[in-house]
Amino acid sequence: MRDFEYEAPTTLANAIAVLAKNNGSARPLAGGTDLIDHVRCGRLEPDVVVDVKKIDELNVLELNDSGLRLGAATPCYRIYGCPEISQQYAALTDSCRIIGGIQIQSRASVGGNICNSGPAADSTPSVIVLGGICVIEGPGGRREVPAEEFCTGPGKNVLKPGELLVEIKFPARPANSGSHYRRFIPRNEMDIAVVGVGASVVLDDSKENIVSARVALGAVAPTPLYVPAVGDAIAGQPANEDTLRKAGAVAKELVTPITDMRGTAEYRVHLTGVLTERVLQAAISRARGEAICTKIGH
Amino acid sequence: MAKKRVVTTTINGDTHEFLCQPRQTLLETLRDVLGLTGTKEGCSNGNCGACTVHLNGRPVDSCLVLGVEVEGAEIRTIEGVACGSHLDEVQEAFLEGAALQCGICTPGFIMQTESLLDENPNPTEDEIRFYLAGNLCRCTGYDKIVRSVQCAAEKRQTANVGDH
Repeated sequence: MRDFEYEAPTTLANAIAVLAKNNGSARPLAGGTDLIDHVRCGRLEPDVVVDVKKIDELNVLELNDSGLRLGAATPCYRIYGCPEISQQYAALTDSCRIIGGIQIQSRASVGGNICNSGPAADSTPSVIVLGGICVIEGPGGRREVPAEEFCTGPGKNVLKPGELLVEIKFPARPANSGSHYRRFIPRNEMDIAVVGVGASVVLDDSKENIVSARVALGAVAPTPLYVPAVGDAIAGQPANEDTLRKAGAVAKELVTPITDMRGTAEYRVHLTGVLTERVLQAAISRARGEAICTKIGH
Repeated sequence: MAKKRVVTTTINGDTHEFLCQPRQTLLETLRDVLGLTGTKEGCSNGNCGACTVHLNGRPVDSCLVLGVEVEGAEIRTIEGVACGSHLDEVQEAFLEGAALQCGICTPGFIMQTESLLDENPNPTEDEIRFYLAGNLCRCTGYDKIVRSVQCAAEKRQTANVGDH
């Protein structure tokens, strides 16, 4: 592997200083499941690797009345290991349970997933539909960016040299709400999404009508794609099959997938419709307090 | 060339102090610096699980960990599973169930199975296949591995009952 220096700052200020000093030639290391592979195969050529796991702010995992704080380096297993988070932010833990295998989940973080900025990232659609806000710290101070605006292209995002994603903040979940993430892959586990869909819905008190919904799609555009038009099309509608079919049809119109080894563009458009319907149905079931089957193929 | 770092860590219960370059992975450090060659290199990109070790109690792909990251950590490798010449239940079950042919994937499968049974002493077949999805075997077709994990779970439960 390429030669590089290693720094492991224990404070946010020191981490920002090291990143800023190296002006773009330093890369933060959280779980390393993308970074180390990218350095080994030459896709990234950092001079300094900055291990950010020893910084308290990046390991926060705090659920309270005002919402969820998720430190950017918090590994997947800690997230789904918390029953309250699995219950309230189900789409997020659905994602964390299927990113790589168990070994990867011991290290990989949701913050790393969004910073890697792959179009097929499994956790980013969930972060978007749950209203995640990315808290970024840099030499110029702190700023916040909604998750749907974070990625700007394949492998590209809004971080400037010297900036670091510190945490993702989620608002508290409304009453009668539910969420889900699901992807289509030809295997049962350990694969990259052909299409992935995250959805979050809020129902009215009768639990028969949709008050609002957020849907985000993976692997069908240059970035994880928030599609507000899908939510707009079904807000105020009864939570039934006709409404879900409409949601699927709207989603299919919004995607611009490519053809690659995982599937053709046409196939991905079709999958977008099918998965949008199914994922919304599962989110509605959860909002009603019903258990859903997350087994592949069901 | 980046300067070598001194790393102090606990491996299989013993304290080790070693020198490594920042670019060396934990896998390379274990094999090439410490001579612990039980941990195998497969794909070196986190797909095959051959290099699975336990890092602070969690299974990880050691090809995706830097050696310098494990300062102060506790590591368990395949060398720490048997007690002298006395194999543990998982190793015995893999031998008896012919859960290996060429053997390259076996240390990783055994380390992953150890983690599974620590977390879930009585896993279903689906749970076993899901938990071992990050370990690839190109010889056995997996069925013998899954059956051996079930057998190891039974052996361990019987042994635990005997302890009380």
